[in-house]
Amino acid sequence: MEQATVKFYQTGTFTVGNRLLAPEQRSVQAGPQRRNSLNSGHRACQGCGEALGARYAIDAAMAATNGQLIAANATGCLEVFSTPYPETSWQMPWVHSLFGNAAAVATGIAAAMKAKGRSEVRVVAQGGDGGTTDIGFGCLSGMFERNDDVLYICYDNEAYMNTGVQRSSATPPAARTATTMPVGPNPGNDFGQGKSVPLIAMAHEIPYVATATVADLRDLERKVTKAMSIHGARYIHIFVPCPLGWGAPSQDTIKLSRLAVESGIFPVFEAEAGEVTGVRKIRRQIPIEDYLRPQRRFAHLFGKHPDVATIARLQARADRNIRRFGLLGE
Amino acid sequence: MDKPFAITLDVGTSLANHTGSWRTNRPVYLSRKPPCNHQCPAGENIQAWLFLAESGNYEGAWRKLVEDNPFPAIMGRACYHTCEGACNRGQLDAAVGINSVEHFLGDQAIARGWKFIAPSVKSGKKVMVVGAGPSGLSAAYHLAMQGHSVTIFEAGPLPGGMMRFGIPQYRLPRDVIDAEVQRVVDLGVQINYNTKISNVLQAKQQGGFDAVFLAVGAHIAKRAYIPAGDSAHVLDAVSVLRSMEGEDKPLLGRKVVVYGGGNTAIDVARTAKRLGATESIIVYRRNREKMPAHDFELEEALQEGVLVKWLSTIKQAGESSITVEKMALDDQGFPQPTGEFETLEADSVVLALGQDVDLSLIDGVPGLVVQDGVVQVNAQMMTGHAGIFAGGDMVPAERNITVGIGHGKKAARNIDAWLRGTVYKPAPQAEVAGFEKLNTWYYSDAPKTVRPVLDIIRRQSTFEEVQGGLDESNALFEARRCLSCGNCFECDNCYGVCPDNAVVKLGPGKGFEFNYDYCKGCGICVSECPCGAIKMVPEEI
Repeated sequence: MEQATVKFYQTGTFTVGNRLLAPEQRSVQAGPQRRNSLNSGHRACQGCGEALGARYAIDAAMAATNGQLIAANATGCLEVFSTPYPETSWQMPWVHSLFGNAAAVATGIAAAMKAKGRSEVRVVAQGGDGGTTDIGFGCLSGMFERNDDVLYICYDNEAYMNTGVQRSSATPPAARTATTMPVGPNPGNDFGQGKSVPLIAMAHEIPYVATATVADLRDLERKVTKAMSIHGARYIHIFVPCPLGWGAPSQDTIKLSRLAVESGIFPVFEAEAGEVTGVRKIRRQIPIEDYLRPQRRFAHLFGKHPDVATIARLQARADRNIRRFGLLGE
Repeated sequence: MDKPFAITLDVGTSLANHTGSWRTNRPVYLSRKPPCNHQCPAGENIQAWLFLAESGNYEGAWRKLVEDNPFPAIMGRACYHTCEGACNRGQLDAAVGINSVEHFLGDQAIARGWKFIAPSVKSGKKVMVVGAGPSGLSAAYHLAMQGHSVTIFEAGPLPGGMMRFGIPQYRLPRDVIDAEVQRVVDLGVQINYNTKISNVLQAKQQGGFDAVFLAVGAHIAKRAYIPAGDSAHVLDAVSVLRSMEGEDKPLLGRKVVVYGGGNTAIDVARTAKRLGATESIIVYRRNREKMPAHDFELEEALQEGVLVKWLSTIKQAGESSITVEKMALDDQGFPQPTGEFETLEADSVVLALGQDVDLSLIDGVPGLVVQDGVVQVNAQMMTGHAGIFAGGDMVPAERNITVGIGHGKKAARNIDAWLRGTVYKPAPQAEVAGFEKLNTWYYSDAPKTVRPVLDIIRRQSTFEEVQGGLDESNALFEARRCLSCGNCFECDNCYGVCPDNAVVKLGPGKGFEFNYDYCKGCGICVSECPCGAIKMVPEEI
């Protein structure tokens, strides 16, 4: 499934919908009858990127499987805000067990469906970066290694937001959290720690790995749809800004995703069987400051005496991504 | 209690949780005024007709356009399109080619024979319009559409006024004027040609008219005192351009000097070139920055080989030469003589120094005020004499076709109200959708489509139209470059980006509405709306 080439239609595919496109070319989210798998009334904060990303991804997966989908959910914001007992926002079969075992629960559901001969029923597992990159990582790696028929979606907001913004292994360097150095010469998260789960997933040589953001809906929907067309272990890592944890205005959630992509700090790519097969090119490149400055977790880098050295190190990380994935050019 | 262990409540949907109560600001849809519409002297709703054209609905677009301006094909050629200067897309790549799309729609309407739909109800009122120029024809059109019976009195033999007698054919072919005027005539507007009104009150009374709109234009060429020998060939621009419409083309000679710096001077210089002049020189007393003519017209003239003698005044005109004096700009930017003289060869000199209004028809009308050679009107376009309105070049305003057409529309609305015994109240103006209101990330990158320009050799020797039209695919492309500033174009962004599914899609053409039961007021829809058609307002607490 390749990205459809859309002729010049005012906004092309940048916007969610486009009245000038043929209906079959429009996004799932533009549909008047979209499923809203994650329904209104959930208790996510104003401007929550994760709530948005989850609806984008699960609606697309529901559309791709004709609604024959079961979700296993790790503990985290997404679980807490969507299912305060006895309410649920999920308009689909949905299971929560523990913080660290979403991948294993999903594996079990997939095995059960196989045993029952329900081959049309597909399984997704989902969690935040804490439940994926830290706590659930063992189960996730096992799921990859066994090539279980599960799509695992990680909504990455770069820290444990639900419990009060503690550092995770997805927290970027220099970002302040509740559990990183608050003061001193280099406050915030250290350089050189953390991990890239998309690259680790690729090292398992599973059939499909992709990254996406809430700033590019069409790209996200295409990747989820593609993942659902494949059997075996699949992994999609979605970048979802957190207004509360990042100290950013609630209306800037999508803007920050866009700036992360345009600066190169979050590379958007896809890989099949361990090899990169596509990257989303930078459209209007920006310096890393433009991405960092609106976020209070990086406020210590600016102010009266900007921490030029640290900003340069972050820029170097963005530049490395640009080189490594070939994010510039046509 | 027939529930499993530790379960005490029935499972319910989160829809019971009305998160809208968290909100301190609420998003609201609004329509802001696009800068193009704001700029248009004829008050066209440019964004609205481009929106219709974007989907290929050209007839709908044309009908939207003619609600404000009955002459799209003329506008597409002769309007100075200041709208494009205001276009927000100009700050992105290049302004939308509004004028070229208008040109295309106008030509489509002529080719396909689209007609105005006459109103079914007549008011029974009679309105007299003096002058069949842009302003008079525009007023007549709008008055006829309002159901009034309109008679135009035109001193000349043909309709169009300055559109015909002031704008050369290479900019505005005459069959275009004829086609668009015929459409107004088909509405039932009566035009009496070769009928010069000498006494407006008398004519009004004789014809039994209830109101009058004066739009006689400004046709009397201003003169400058230039000592000239008996044999010197000195003409004025108005009569040169006017005689282009007759059988006998003006005889200007091989070397023509045009005196003046306005668009008319350039029109004459370009006309002279086409009539076979080897040299066509504009003499202007100030420099290019100070020249009132539009730069693109000057540029086209220079391409065609027209020369300009900057900072010069004509001191004397002889049989085959003139004497010019060099000028220098003083601190205030006014030209001052330097005492340096120069001789230029010239078979004829054409004065293009502006025009005055022939005010003879309003002599002795009580209450009517003339100041600085033009008729004074109030905000309703009415002169000091009740029931007599005026517009176009004869009232104080910038003088161009589009302004005249705008006056005609404005006057028609006020005349209509006056005939009903009321006062026309314009709708309150929405705030302008400036560039900072847009999120331009969402628009596809697309440079402007340029209209084909006639080959330079043919431009120097013939009166063929210099600027051609766009074909359909180009016009469609150009229309789709519109950013739709301040007005929803149903891109579904607000509907998609809401983390709380609090935007309701109402279907094509109906837009969206907010479900305030669940809207938390995060404002993502506002910041991701490409065109600035949503704003946040504080909740009343």
